[in-house]
Amino acid sequence: MSTTADHVEHADHDHGDHGDHAPEAHAHEHKPDSYYVKIALILAAITALETSTYWVDFGAFFLPTLLILMAIKFVMVASLFMHLRGDSKIFSYLFYSGLILAIGVYVAFLATFRFFAST
Amino acid sequence: MADIAVHDPVSDGHGAHDDHGAHHTSTGLSNNKMAMWMFLGSECLLFGGLISTYMLYRGRHPADLGPDQVFDIPFTSVSSFVLLMSSLTMVLAVSSAAQKDDRRTNLWLTVTALLGATFVGGQVYEFTSFYREGLGFTSSLFSSSFFTLTGFHGVHVTVGIIMLMALVGINKRGRIPGDKAEVVELVGLYWHFVDVVWIIIFTLVYLIPS
Repeated sequence: MSTTADHVEHADHDHGDHGDHAPEAHAHEHKPDSYYVKIALILAAITALETSTYWVDFGAFFLPTLLILMAIKFVMVASLFMHLRGDSKIFSYLFYSGLILAIGVYVAFLATFRFFAST
Repeated sequence: MADIAVHDPVSDGHGAHDDHGAHHTSTGLSNNKMAMWMFLGSECLLFGGLISTYMLYRGRHPADLGPDQVFDIPFTSVSSFVLLMSSLTMVLAVSSAAQKDDRRTNLWLTVTALLGATFVGGQVYEFTSFYREGLGFTSSLFSSSFFTLTGFHGVHVTVGIIMLMALVGINKRGRIPGDKAEVVELVGLYWHFVDVVWIIIFTLVYLIPS
């Protein structure tokens, strides 16, 4: 059975001890639609640049260019469309820890099979 | 003894929020959102395994049926563009839901589902054309790892489409429980994740030759 005292106690616990997270719960303020359209146009331009490597010879810059453009697109979507930038840092830690763990595990996996030595 | 001052997050129409917009959880954050981010973090390991397996086996194929012979880069570029634009319409749906604009939310969710269906249709066409060229699932290690990777991604997009259409249906009936904007945002997170995975697949699988 709940009482007012119980409620106050829980509220103090929830937003007192961990109150530093509370303002971040809905921290990503509302952005106008034009903001998201601009981001999408930038992403489309990057995709066009990526696709151009199929016809245009980038020489030694081919692989680094593609990998950098891929990373930029990834971070833009995660930070701006998924609102990781304005949201609680805990969400970023959860997602990027999984991503970094995956990269670490599978780079080790590929290295075990001499993937990097053969390319 | 129940007290009339007790806050009921369901009946007050604000989901699990207090008056300041924070959640009644031990972290002050939404448990649903936390669970979704943990799920997406674990999905990185699933797709990491599939992508690295493909990278390992992409050179194991007959001379005339490798990635350089079968991939249609212009077609896949258009598919990638379509999926990228679906991320835009999804974020517009989330934005509309935050503004409590149900009509626009349903509109953008439906457009997102249609763009997703276009992408999946393109993938089915691509798979069919590969099969007609003689590249079956068991033709080579390259084909097995390629179909498994892109097939898993396609299934994720299909699940996303089902979630979007279900959300539209439930929203039209006004039966989304709790914080409606957060429910749309959770589906949006899943959809954007599917997009970022394709960003990686498009570069590593299609654009970088074997």
